[in-house]
Amino acid sequence: MITGSTVRAQTIISWLKEIETEIAEQSAYLTQLDAAIGDGDHGTNMNRGFTAVGRVLAEQDEPAPPGRLLILAGKTLISTVGGASGPLWGTALRRAGRSLGDAETFDAQQLAEALDAAISGVVELGSAEPGDKTMIDALTPAAAKLHQGLDAGEPLEQALAAAVRAAKAGAESTVPMEARKGRASYLGERSIGHLDPGAASSVIILSALQRVVARDQ
Amino acid sequence: MTTSAPSLMKKFINEPSDVLKESLSGLAAAHGDLLRYDADAQIVVRRDAPVKGKVGLVSGGGAGHEPLHGGFVGHGMLDAACPGEVFTSPVPDQMLAATKAVDGGAGVVHIVKNYTGDVLNFKMAAEDAADEGVEVESVLVDDDVAVQDSLYTAGRRGVGATVLLEKIAGAAAERGDDLAAVAAIGRRVNERARSFGVAVSSCTPPASGKPMFDLPDGEMEVGIGIHGEPGRRREAVRPAHQIVETMLEAVLSDLKPAAGASVLAFVNGMGGTPLIELYLLYNEVDTQLRAAGLNPTRNLVGSYITSLEMAGASITVLELDDELTALWDAPVHTPALRWGV
Repeated sequence: MITGSTVRAQTIISWLKEIETEIAEQSAYLTQLDAAIGDGDHGTNMNRGFTAVGRVLAEQDEPAPPGRLLILAGKTLISTVGGASGPLWGTALRRAGRSLGDAETFDAQQLAEALDAAISGVVELGSAEPGDKTMIDALTPAAAKLHQGLDAGEPLEQALAAAVRAAKAGAESTVPMEARKGRASYLGERSIGHLDPGAASSVIILSALQRVVARDQ
Repeated sequence: MTTSAPSLMKKFINEPSDVLKESLSGLAAAHGDLLRYDADAQIVVRRDAPVKGKVGLVSGGGAGHEPLHGGFVGHGMLDAACPGEVFTSPVPDQMLAATKAVDGGAGVVHIVKNYTGDVLNFKMAAEDAADEGVEVESVLVDDDVAVQDSLYTAGRRGVGATVLLEKIAGAAAERGDDLAAVAAIGRRVNERARSFGVAVSSCTPPASGKPMFDLPDGEMEVGIGIHGEPGRRREAVRPAHQIVETMLEAVLSDLKPAAGASVLAFVNGMGGTPLIELYLLYNEVDTQLRAAGLNPTRNLVGSYITSLEMAGASITVLELDDELTALWDAPVHTPALRWGV
């Protein structure tokens, strides 16, 4: 269970920057997924939000603990994204940040707990369950895999890689689902056969974390 | 096929990212006697807000539905509107700023169309407003019978009834009803109104520059919302009387109005359908409602809650009583609705 991995504020800053870059690159893809079963703005909105996060972080002159950075990023998303993604991702990051508190560093186990806290926040706010064709279908299996790996004594990097694979599989599993939450639910059976855009952006965000951790460890 | 260089989108815009701000500036320039546009807070506010002692009415949602909501700010209707980007819910900061700007000491009603984004953002704003000492009541609009309601889904969408609710609750606030009473009137309108929409073309958001879906000649989307999303199903276009039959059947079988009831019939254009067709539809609606034993004593015909330039229409039927009728008839003076003044 002791992995020896320590996560610092710099890792969080790098992660948020990595998300910003990746979301910008994948913006058209996310928007295309959303156009099929939503209203075609998921990429644009996420891009606007994480660009704002990058701007806010750049304006920070005082060093802040990782938890504080996540809370700041969450608030920024809530203030800039709109739609459902703003409150949902904003709450996710804020809850994760609160769970980390004011500590200067945290370990792999605390990271997994922060992910749990993020998911609980999303579930409370959006009341989605696994199988509803939402971001939860990617995040829940990823969190389970992360815990499983860490409990088995895997290093964080390895456990995160498995978590990302689980997130991808979870996102793929939304394709045959009929949406029960969000705008895609208005389409009923016509939502079947499409990848959920929120699940897709969840994969992007977790992959970014895995890459940054792999680089920093 | 030849590929051509990127050309200017066939829309009257400068930069896609400036559309919203420039349009709201235009609204304020045209109707400065009724409202002002606060570009920093990104809200449209009634000129004389806050009206002391009056319940404030705030609504909001993505842009692209004009004149909803900014065009309904003024005497007897909304005190403020919070427009998001095209088809994107606004953020809680805007809603909080609007709530504070219109609070005349009697509390504020949030009129929220039932979309996950609008609901979540308004929920956060209402909590923030409570923290700052402003009492808020939220009224949810979910009148679209094309969407099956169920405990396990996001529920029905808020569409045409939003316009009627903003007018009627606005009149209740203007006559001096308290917060609970204004909210109750709003909820009554929502409970007694049902809507159904069809589209014969898609629409193109300025940010993407592409139509949201392809609709081949001769086909229509049945059961659409107001965000350029495809409907529940696709069918061949039929004569107007048959389309109205389908729409009214869906509306009335769900609403189940009392026999002989007075109703308000609202034929709404989605942005790209001319009035000549909307009145043709109204002719069918009026005839078919009477044939169904109902009495369309009030009506509204025009493009009031739109989906950019989508060609299409929705029908909303509101079952009236004397009080709702009187509130509908009460004076209103906004950019998009004006009578009695």
